[in-house]
Amino acid sequence: MTRSQGTPKSGFPAAARGASKAARPRVLPGFEAALGLTLAITGVLVLLPLSSLLVFAGRTGVPKLFATLHDERVLASLRLTLSTSLLAAVLASVSGLLVSWVLTRYEFPGRRLLDALVDLPFALPTSVAGIALTTLYAPSGLLGKRLAGLGVEVAYTPLGIVAALVFIGFPFAVRTIQPVLADLEPEVEESARSLGATPLQTFFRVLLPEILPALLTGFAMAFARGLGEYGSVVFIAGNVPMKTEIAPLLIMTKLEQYDYAGAAALATVLLLLSFALLFLINRLQGWAERLGRRGA
Amino acid sequence: MNATREPLQRVQATGGKSRETSDSTGMRRSRAASAAAVRGGLILAAILVMGWLLILPLAVVIGEALKLGVRAYLDAIRSPETVAAMKLTALVVAVTLPVNVLFGLAAGWAIGKFRFPGRSVLVTLLDLPFAVSPVVAGMLFVFLYGRTGLFGPWLFDHNLKVIFAVPGVVLATLFVTLPFVAREVIPLMESAGNEEEEAARVLGAGFWPIFFRVTLPNVKWALLYGSLLAAARAVGEFGAVSVVSGHIRGETNTLPLHIEILYNEYQFQPAFAVASLLSLFAVISLALHVLLEKKRLTGTAKRGLA
Repeated sequence: MTRSQGTPKSGFPAAARGASKAARPRVLPGFEAALGLTLAITGVLVLLPLSSLLVFAGRTGVPKLFATLHDERVLASLRLTLSTSLLAAVLASVSGLLVSWVLTRYEFPGRRLLDALVDLPFALPTSVAGIALTTLYAPSGLLGKRLAGLGVEVAYTPLGIVAALVFIGFPFAVRTIQPVLADLEPEVEESARSLGATPLQTFFRVLLPEILPALLTGFAMAFARGLGEYGSVVFIAGNVPMKTEIAPLLIMTKLEQYDYAGAAALATVLLLLSFALLFLINRLQGWAERLGRRGA
Repeated sequence: MNATREPLQRVQATGGKSRETSDSTGMRRSRAASAAAVRGGLILAAILVMGWLLILPLAVVIGEALKLGVRAYLDAIRSPETVAAMKLTALVVAVTLPVNVLFGLAAGWAIGKFRFPGRSVLVTLLDLPFAVSPVVAGMLFVFLYGRTGLFGPWLFDHNLKVIFAVPGVVLATLFVTLPFVAREVIPLMESAGNEEEEAARVLGAGFWPIFFRVTLPNVKWALLYGSLLAAARAVGEFGAVSVVSGHIRGETNTLPLHIEILYNEYQFQPAFAVASLLSLFAVISLALHVLLEKKRLTGTAKRGLA
């Protein structure tokens, strides 16, 4: 997803083109109709629903809304959601870096198949992923059985939530790092190596500075996705209040109990967190683009 | 060339020379051997990571679905409730996909071909649904159309049902899928430039001929790819739909919700049988993705040459 967005942009200095275009009168027809249709659909399907939250918050009163956040169960769910998403994003970034390195730098049988498979978590419905991972890590499951032998419980613990979120976040990490690695010439690493740098030195002093923006972007995307993820997590989490109840599930529970104020308050916290991350991702992509243009 | 890259370039130039003079062949050979070992180790590690993360869950779905034999598998996917869920999922895709395509093309034309004030704000707005948790998305529609929602009383007076009914499922799916086509089409319409369209305009062509004969052929693979992503998400959406559907069997149950119900009733084999259908759909869409990616890349390359 990100790859396709990045490629056409990078080659063209958008600002310069924009300026030259603005100076010319509009030659092409259909601008008003296309913009009108775009705004109408965005308005009805995106802005209207989002503004309903504001209207609702206004009706309930902001102080009362925030009062619902001062609740042990709510705070526990937020802590759990934040910590598991953070850990999962770190793990997804590390494994994503490894996989994107191997996919861009080495040629081996089955490489293209693996490359195509990276997007599986994008394509697989979350409830399918949820029941599959639960069965895999359950105490009687293929992996759960072996892990239980080592004294590690995954299913129905916070670790299970992390496992589900790594699955969900993994393609975000790979698909942001991969194009940047592909653009870096292998000669750079080879020359560092031939000058006597150890592989670790080459990685930390030559490669990492170049791919850092992409790595952080992928991390932030996986983190943002993890904060709101529901389908793949609810099956494996166990959903015990105070222990394994994530924030999106608590929103669901509050809605089912008609506690709309509580649901709205918790949703607002999640929304603000994801908007902050969206902003950060935009800034990171700007940084990555500047880095890419400088190198080109 | 920039400041940080320059030393590396110099390093590269001198690197070749220094290797010839100072490196003994033995050192070179041992370094080659260690490089091969690193390479092999990393490839193996990547395969293990992907096998563990992605292939094992897929294998579990297939294994559990066929655990009780082919007959039980076929019974599960032919049960009336599964068929009803399939029909609803197909209906949801049939409604959301055209809206997504229409929206993506309109947004692509307005944003990709024109500059106007507020353009970058609109681009950010388009991505907003991706930043919203699916559960929150569902909640927003309950706040709008639920019994106590903004339009709830009006809908109730007119005997219209949105939440816990099919329209709610469609609306929630539209919200989560809306950016997919637009974000594939906009960058391509923008990077193709306006020259071809303007030439057609000067030659006297109206909007529709320009659009169908000049613009659309340039973006058709991106359009198909975005539609594929939107369709996959529409088929699989769970969180948002879960909030608004009410889980009424045979009425508002999509396939992912049907899987949840079966699983929570400990009907594991039927749950995985239905899940295997959705997994098959996912694998097919991955294959199509690879195909479209290739088409799109060769399309861009051709345009680049001309």
